[in-house]
Amino acid sequence: MTVTRANGIPMTPTNVAPVTAASELPMDEVTERVFAVEAAAVDYGNHRAVDGVTLDIGTCEITAIIGPSGCGKSTFLRCLNRMNDFIPGAKVSGRIEYHGEDLYGPKVDAAEVRRRIGMVFQRPNPFPKSIFDNVAYGPRINKYKGDIGDLVEEALTRAALWDEVKDKLKKSAFALSGGQQQRLCIARALAVAPDVVLMDEPCSALDPIATSRIEDLMVELKRDYTIVIVTHNMQQAARVSDRTAFFTTDVDDAGNRTGRLVEIGPTETIFTSPTDPRTEGYITGRFG
Amino acid sequence: MTAIVPPTGSITASTATPWRRIKSAMATTGIVGSLFLALVPLVLIIGYVISRGWSLMATSEWFTGSIPILTRAAGPGMRPAIIGTLMITGAATAMAVPLGVLGGVFLSEYSGGSRFGRVVRFFAEVMTGVPSIVMGIFIATIWVAANGFSAFAGALALGCLMLPVIIRTSDEMLRLVPRELRESAYALGGRKAGTILRVVLPAAAPGIISGALLAVARAAGETAPLLFTIGFVNDTNTSLFSGNNTALSVQIFKNATQVYPGSQERAWAAALTLIAIVFVFTILSRLVSTFLGRKHQS
Repeated sequence: MTVTRANGIPMTPTNVAPVTAASELPMDEVTERVFAVEAAAVDYGNHRAVDGVTLDIGTCEITAIIGPSGCGKSTFLRCLNRMNDFIPGAKVSGRIEYHGEDLYGPKVDAAEVRRRIGMVFQRPNPFPKSIFDNVAYGPRINKYKGDIGDLVEEALTRAALWDEVKDKLKKSAFALSGGQQQRLCIARALAVAPDVVLMDEPCSALDPIATSRIEDLMVELKRDYTIVIVTHNMQQAARVSDRTAFFTTDVDDAGNRTGRLVEIGPTETIFTSPTDPRTEGYITGRFG
Repeated sequence: MTAIVPPTGSITASTATPWRRIKSAMATTGIVGSLFLALVPLVLIIGYVISRGWSLMATSEWFTGSIPILTRAAGPGMRPAIIGTLMITGAATAMAVPLGVLGGVFLSEYSGGSRFGRVVRFFAEVMTGVPSIVMGIFIATIWVAANGFSAFAGALALGCLMLPVIIRTSDEMLRLVPRELRESAYALGGRKAGTILRVVLPAAAPGIISGALLAVARAAGETAPLLFTIGFVNDTNTSLFSGNNTALSVQIFKNATQVYPGSQERAWAAALTLIAIVFVFTILSRLVSTFLGRKHQS
């Protein structure tokens, strides 16, 4: 039941080092870069929404992006799998490298990028199909050759949902609770054997119990996947992430709001001894 | 600055808010009254058509016999018109629904707010307001003049009538599909056409089908576009492309405009038959869209 990634590496790697607790890693530098972002900026028409983001995202880590509303967290996240391609008038500049390749290079196939870099959205958004067909959708459109039933079971197991749904796979996905639907969306994203999973406030529509299950799941998933999560919940960032990036909004004289990266570092450092006073102000609750 | 003062006195409804309660009661009475008033014409029409048309329609010869050649002859026979209506409406549906849905897909998914898309959407809207008789004249000029009367010519006219309605319904229903649903398909490596076909269209299907079937039901009852396009026959003509044909709506018009009691009775029975066919279409559209809608709602 081992599923193979597009690059030939099994979905359950056997050759990776045991997962080390986050605090034991040399955290100022990422171990192995998945993304190298250099001066990334996003324009919507004439308005620069995000500017000058430079950061690295390490493999098999959880990177949290926090910051006040409207600071461009989600906009930046959507640059990482070219989801902004669908927003009319949106333009991404700067350089974003994914495993050393320019993500916005002229020969890059954006659909293949998104297959490798999956996404989980703020509100659970299953397709109007059965539970099984929701998970099988990705593998089917990507012409998966193996046994689709096994794959669906593995994806649902990884998303910690299998035991709850194994007897009702033919039922509509809308019959599930909000928390289950969100885990279904995670299973759906995992079924295409991605390399990275981007999560855009995945728990903001869920109750605390469902949230805690998703958080446990994220920590479980980082054995095999690189995770980038945008969250409004600082406790969540502190609980699950290895590194935290803090974004904020600059307002220029004309009143235009532009999101910027303030700092990024090991989560513990950001939450205990941030270098920038704006970060400190935000995490101690003085603004935002 | 003492405008905000907590209210005092009893909380009994009659003393606390008498005027607001009276206004609410008046509004309720007015709304229920209007509903019954609106039902009066509906019930009268259906009731009257049934009472005048039932006895003739209930005979088996009504569905098997040809239309009497002498209009003053009494008695049944409407098979040619029933077959004609089903054939013409069916052919119009077969042409207009796929084209209309694809047009809606283009407007909603591909035009992306471009100038061309906006112009097409505007014209589709204008077209829904074009009187049906204009479609009849149009087809009479560009098709019938060269090819003669046929069921197909009538289907072309009805199709032209249905097309803008179906384009608009599809466009509107597709635009109601949340962007996130499309995005999650793209986030799995989906491409545009596949995502539209497998995710967006199924999500919008209940609305599109119900809109399309309403357009079909509407077209089935149209008379004006058929007057100059299908001609007239008394015997069944099952050929779609050649020869004159007839339809229930045309039969109602022809028979009702005669003075003979026998043909008047035939008009009533034809009206009842047409209502029954449209009724079946409507029920069918409801069933299909509730089935599709319910299948994936909790």
